Amino acid sequence: MVAETNSNTISITLRVWRQAGPDAPGKFVDYPAANLSTHMSFLEMLDVVNDGLTLKGEEPIAFAHDCREGICGTCSCTINGKAHGPGHGVATCQIYMRAFRDGEVIVVEPFRAKAFPLVKDLVVDRSAFDRIIQAGGFISVRTGAAPDANSIPVPKTDADLAMDAAACIGCGACVAACKNASAMLFVAAKVSQLGLLPQGQPERDSRVLAMVNTMDALGFGSCTNQYECSAACPKTISHDFIARLNRDYLKASVRSAFKPVSSAAGGSG
Amino acid sequence: MNLAGSIFGSTIGRKIIIAATGVILIGFVIGHLVGNLQIFEEADRLNGYGAFLHQLGPLLWVARIVLLGSVILHIWAATVLTLENHAARQIKYGVKHTIQATLASRMMRWTGVVVLAFLLYHLAHFTLGFTSVATYKENLPLYTMVGDYRVAGFLAVKSGTQVLDVRSMVILGFQQPVVALFYIVAVGLLSFHLLHGADSLFQTFGWRSQKWAGALRKLVIVFCAIYFLGNLAIPGAVLLGKIPVAEPARAAARP
Repeated sequence: MVAETNSNTISITLRVWRQAGPDAPGKFVDYPAANLSTHMSFLEMLDVVNDGLTLKGEEPIAFAHDCREGICGTCSCTINGKAHGPGHGVATCQIYMRAFRDGEVIVVEPFRAKAFPLVKDLVVDRSAFDRIIQAGGFISVRTGAAPDANSIPVPKTDADLAMDAAACIGCGACVAACKNASAMLFVAAKVSQLGLLPQGQPERDSRVLAMVNTMDALGFGSCTNQYECSAACPKTISHDFIARLNRDYLKASVRSAFKPVSSAAGGSG
Repeated sequence: MNLAGSIFGSTIGRKIIIAATGVILIGFVIGHLVGNLQIFEEADRLNGYGAFLHQLGPLLWVARIVLLGSVILHIWAATVLTLENHAARQIKYGVKHTIQATLASRMMRWTGVVVLAFLLYHLAHFTLGFTSVATYKENLPLYTMVGDYRVAGFLAVKSGTQVLDVRSMVILGFQQPVVALFYIVAVGLLSFHLLHGADSLFQTFGWRSQKWAGALRKLVIVFCAIYFLGNLAIPGAVLLGKIPVAEPARAAARP
């Protein structure tokens, strides 16, 4: 006989935010979930709970998910008040039931921000991030035949730092975790990933100004330098990039205010 | 967008306003403390210093206007950003969780409000004489300078000049325990405010990075501790009776 203490199953109570639609009233609903394998991922647990709900003829819990391996940024959820749950440097899909205690009440809420309107239950619309990216515009590159490798020298340290910023998967956890629902870490990562590289220089100033203005217009909050964002980020993107964004924004504001514009330039509209 | 638009009209710009005015105000409170610590020396020092500041005339008013403007901009930017931040999350979380935000950073709005209330009381007390009228400097006997008061080697206030007895005003003011305790609590909260503010401004200006963030944090903690102890010393020493007041002033203040 195997000792009972070696049991690999737990039972929990899931307290989930249920809301039928954007304008419908929402509330927390408790769902008991028994005999869950601790090797299950958090999303698999939601699948099991949803199977039970479907069999009972109830509406399953809507939640966002896609790759389930921490690279797409689709899964969201705030678990026990923490964006992406109890882990560090992982997304909700990489949380396993062994992170919870037997008998625990697990509170699951959608990401809360005015700029992320709720669609249903735990699903929010994060297309505000797409609009910030669109505002960032393009980078000027030579098209045509593939360029020679290493034709543009990039210091290794800059390339590494740019890659750190580029690790952002746009999941919105920074906004969800921020006390002010600010998108500064996201915008900082996106501005820095291009601002650190030579290819990003021609539009560097216009990009940071446009992205910050769009961020403000979309109703995100501002940064109070409490660094909840970087602590919740599944890609552990550093808030150093926010300092870089602040500096870039100030420099771009000053430069664009004094930069001469050619009177012969056409196509201003 | 023009420069004023990007500074006043954007969230980052308004944060830069808070940081820049914060630097001015931190500079002021350091200078204010260092000047006031002259109370521990002979009466000529603080009274001479007070007379010297008043002699600056228009320069004093320039400093006052810059400081007043800084306070107003600091509060304006913080208020606007706070209102926007509240609007950015209209539906709150059922479970509130903090991963690493410091207590000082989460209390900024409250410590800021108390410091403002203290600032108004402090001005009413020592600058304008609206409270504690009997011990207000203009109602105390004038003080006659025993020696010369020099600033950077230059003669500022001559020996024998009759000046306002600000030193006695401060000592008599702090002999009221409630007043002294309010000062101590308020400068304690101001130090707590600076524990986040003095660190945070480096991030807002874009100078902070992980490479020296630890050293900066330690530096700020030491600065805030020294600032608090320096401010604690003046009302503390008066409460403990370590700084006696000259008899003419004491007699005048007696009802």
